[in-house]
Amino acid sequence: MERKQDSSEGTLQAVALLKTTMLKQSTKSGLNLNPAAHKVMVDSRKLRSTGLHSDVSMKDTPTELELTENVCTLAHISVKLSYSYDHLTRVLIKVMDEQPQDVVDVIEDISRDVKRALFEDKQSILRDLPQTTAAELLAEQQRPLFSRPENNEQEDELQQETPLPNVSEIAFYLEQAGVGLGREEMQRIFLALKQLVESQELLCCRLWGKILGTVSSYIVAEAECREGEEEEEPISDEAAEEEERETETQESDENEMDPLPQSTYKPPPVVPKEPIGTGTNKCVYYVCKEPGLPWVKLPSVSPAQIAAARQIRKFFNGKLEAPVNSYPPFPGNEANYLRAQIARISAGTQVSPQGFFQTGEEEGDEEDEAPRDSYEVNSDFEGVPVNEMAESLSTWVHHGHHILPQGRCIWINMAVNSEDLNEEGEAEEKEEPDEPEPEVGPPLLTPLSQDVEMFNTPPWTSKMSSTLTPQHAVAVLRSNLWPGAFAYACGGKKFENIYVGWGLKYAGEGYSPPLPPQPQREYPSDSEITEALDPSLEEEQALKEVLEEQQDVQEELEDTDEEDEDDG
Amino acid sequence: MDSQSLFFSLELVAGSGNTLNVEQRAALQTSLVILQKNYKFQRVLLWGKVLGLKADYFIAQGRGEDEMKDRKNLYSLNCVDWFLLPPATVPLIDQVSSAAKGRFTGDPSHVYEHRDIRRRGDGDEEEEVVTKVNEEIRLAVTVHHIEEEVSVVPRGAFVKSPHGLVQINRSFCGLSYSESGKLDSFLHFSEPKNLKKKSLLETSQLNPAIDFLDVLSDDIPKGSWSLQFECGSKVCVLRSLLWLGLTFYHLPMTPQHGYIYIGDGAKNLDLAFML
Repeated sequence: MERKQDSSEGTLQAVALLKTTMLKQSTKSGLNLNPAAHKVMVDSRKLRSTGLHSDVSMKDTPTELELTENVCTLAHISVKLSYSYDHLTRVLIKVMDEQPQDVVDVIEDISRDVKRALFEDKQSILRDLPQTTAAELLAEQQRPLFSRPENNEQEDELQQETPLPNVSEIAFYLEQAGVGLGREEMQRIFLALKQLVESQELLCCRLWGKILGTVSSYIVAEAECREGEEEEEPISDEAAEEEERETETQESDENEMDPLPQSTYKPPPVVPKEPIGTGTNKCVYYVCKEPGLPWVKLPSVSPAQIAAARQIRKFFNGKLEAPVNSYPPFPGNEANYLRAQIARISAGTQVSPQGFFQTGEEEGDEEDEAPRDSYEVNSDFEGVPVNEMAESLSTWVHHGHHILPQGRCIWINMAVNSEDLNEEGEAEEKEEPDEPEPEVGPPLLTPLSQDVEMFNTPPWTSKMSSTLTPQHAVAVLRSNLWPGAFAYACGGKKFENIYVGWGLKYAGEGYSPPLPPQPQREYPSDSEITEALDPSLEEEQALKEVLEEQQDVQEELEDTDEEDEDDG
Repeated sequence: MDSQSLFFSLELVAGSGNTLNVEQRAALQTSLVILQKNYKFQRVLLWGKVLGLKADYFIAQGRGEDEMKDRKNLYSLNCVDWFLLPPATVPLIDQVSSAAKGRFTGDPSHVYEHRDIRRRGDGDEEEEVVTKVNEEIRLAVTVHHIEEEVSVVPRGAFVKSPHGLVQINRSFCGLSYSESGKLDSFLHFSEPKNLKKKSLLETSQLNPAIDFLDVLSDDIPKGSWSLQFECGSKVCVLRSLLWLGLTFYHLPMTPQHGYIYIGDGAKNLDLAFML
């Protein structure tokens, strides 16, 4: 208590000194005491009083740290006050020298002139280094979008059917629907798509949409891949890992000591990816941050990634190489997560007016996805009137293939041994699986009216874009499960899907992450080692009683023996 | 978003994906002027749009003398006819938080019910307490929450006069590019909660006329705001991750700023998992 008093006394003395100097200066310059100074003095008084009377409430007492801070502030202010004292001296000297008429009226101007006279401009030698702002850099990168190459291909472009979609038209209709990225931005995206088509020589390209991220966003384009394009699959890595594990186990077996119990856990077999051009990997996706920046191709998606993406809920960062920290751990980085979400959104929300696409001849197989040919545009399709499209959901069908819980579009029977796969080949698909196949009604082209309602919300909301002029309006469909997914259909054969959003599914009331799994039993019960539960308290007491009884009996026996000996 | 600047500022927030179509914009420009005249507001803002399952609500806000205290919210289903929303009082907030669940339906007279079984006194009597809440009241409370928690203004855009009135700062010339890249330069436009907890050392640097609001960078959890430059890096756009759908824009070196909420009126309670 005493030491505390001493240190506080020291600060109090410092404060008191400052207080007196400030009072002197303040009276000279006629300024009011700064409210900060007032607070410091009040606080110091309180601190002193707590030293003497311990029953002052602690709430009002400032801590030592606060007092020091206040003193620093005060020192800062007192320095300023000394400057003001000097300034006032100079002003008064000037007034006394010049002796103008009606000093009171011009005193502020004189004060300002004195201040200005003091200021010496020393900066005329140095110049500001012009720094390129981010806007300028981006403008430089976006400039090539607008330049036209001068060669003779111009005539060809007009005649052929281009894989480039008419984004301006799409942007117009989307604006009617209330979705869009702004006109200039859409125009830039349009030109960037043109660049993509030319550089990658794509057959068919489409603006898929935009996914927002916390640091930056992604603009996504969907494209049909060229035939013959294959991706290097990292099978070799997995094989190498297995080999390593086998060698390790062999080494440990060779040790002469008792081997540590081996884990009998075998991870479930990895579901193979679907080949490019089918199922979830039907289309190839390119992303870019801003139109004008180079497009990056996203890797194809694996079922494990889709299964993990279904269980986690994470925002996108904006960098493709960023890791995804989540539980259950996501196998891949942000590029894979992005691709998985794109696959899920495409499967769930790509819709078209019924009749626009038709399936080809059915091959009698339920599991087979309709091959590319049968996904054709129906040339006999006459547009459905817009108000019908806006009212009933059965006029729309999914043309995105639904992803099964396995993570693929075509179910694959994982219980079959890998050797059999090679031998049986196609017959494997026709095998009756043991587990029931999870299907969602007829594959492809399911009308939306059959979509399941989740969390008490209907999965789609449809309306007309304008109630005042319904003759020329557009039917708009908005997804409630994937907020941000829109589709519009306009009179005739024009329709389009787009997604602009955060890339997350509607999770109802709240998302709860999956719990970690139960811990596994480690030791297999052998004849040597067995695992058993510890005995409970009652069992131990019962055992103790039994042992005591036995001991008593034994003692009695011994006593009788002794007696017998004594007798004998 | 001020109704005067509606026609160009919608383009600036369109990066979030939602805009209004031309017909709605034209209707708004007409009806908001009439609204201002009828209610004698100083200025009218288009606050945003709350999406419902069957229909969407357009929300407008009228501001009076004091920008912070004289705020009135109105809603409309067709951008032409506006209805006043009741002010959100504490009992209404309690009712809504217990009864309203799920999405907005789009019908202002829809009633949400919640049954609660409570015991009366010490006996075994069970009383069923039914809380009923109108969708209109739910809308009012939602708008109030969003305003409280995520309305944003740049630092220096509003001044507090010595009488306590909060008014637009006519000599606000915009934040610089470097300032608008920092979350410190943006303030919440609601009653400050953290300001009094700051130490004297921090407050001595602040200007009491401008810094009378909470700073965005003091929000918990950190990272609940996404700051980006869009439209060719010209516009500074802030998006809230707590209420998905709130977008704030500011053009650096100009006094133009504004915010709009277009979303389904649901707070993102999973934010902690998502960051």
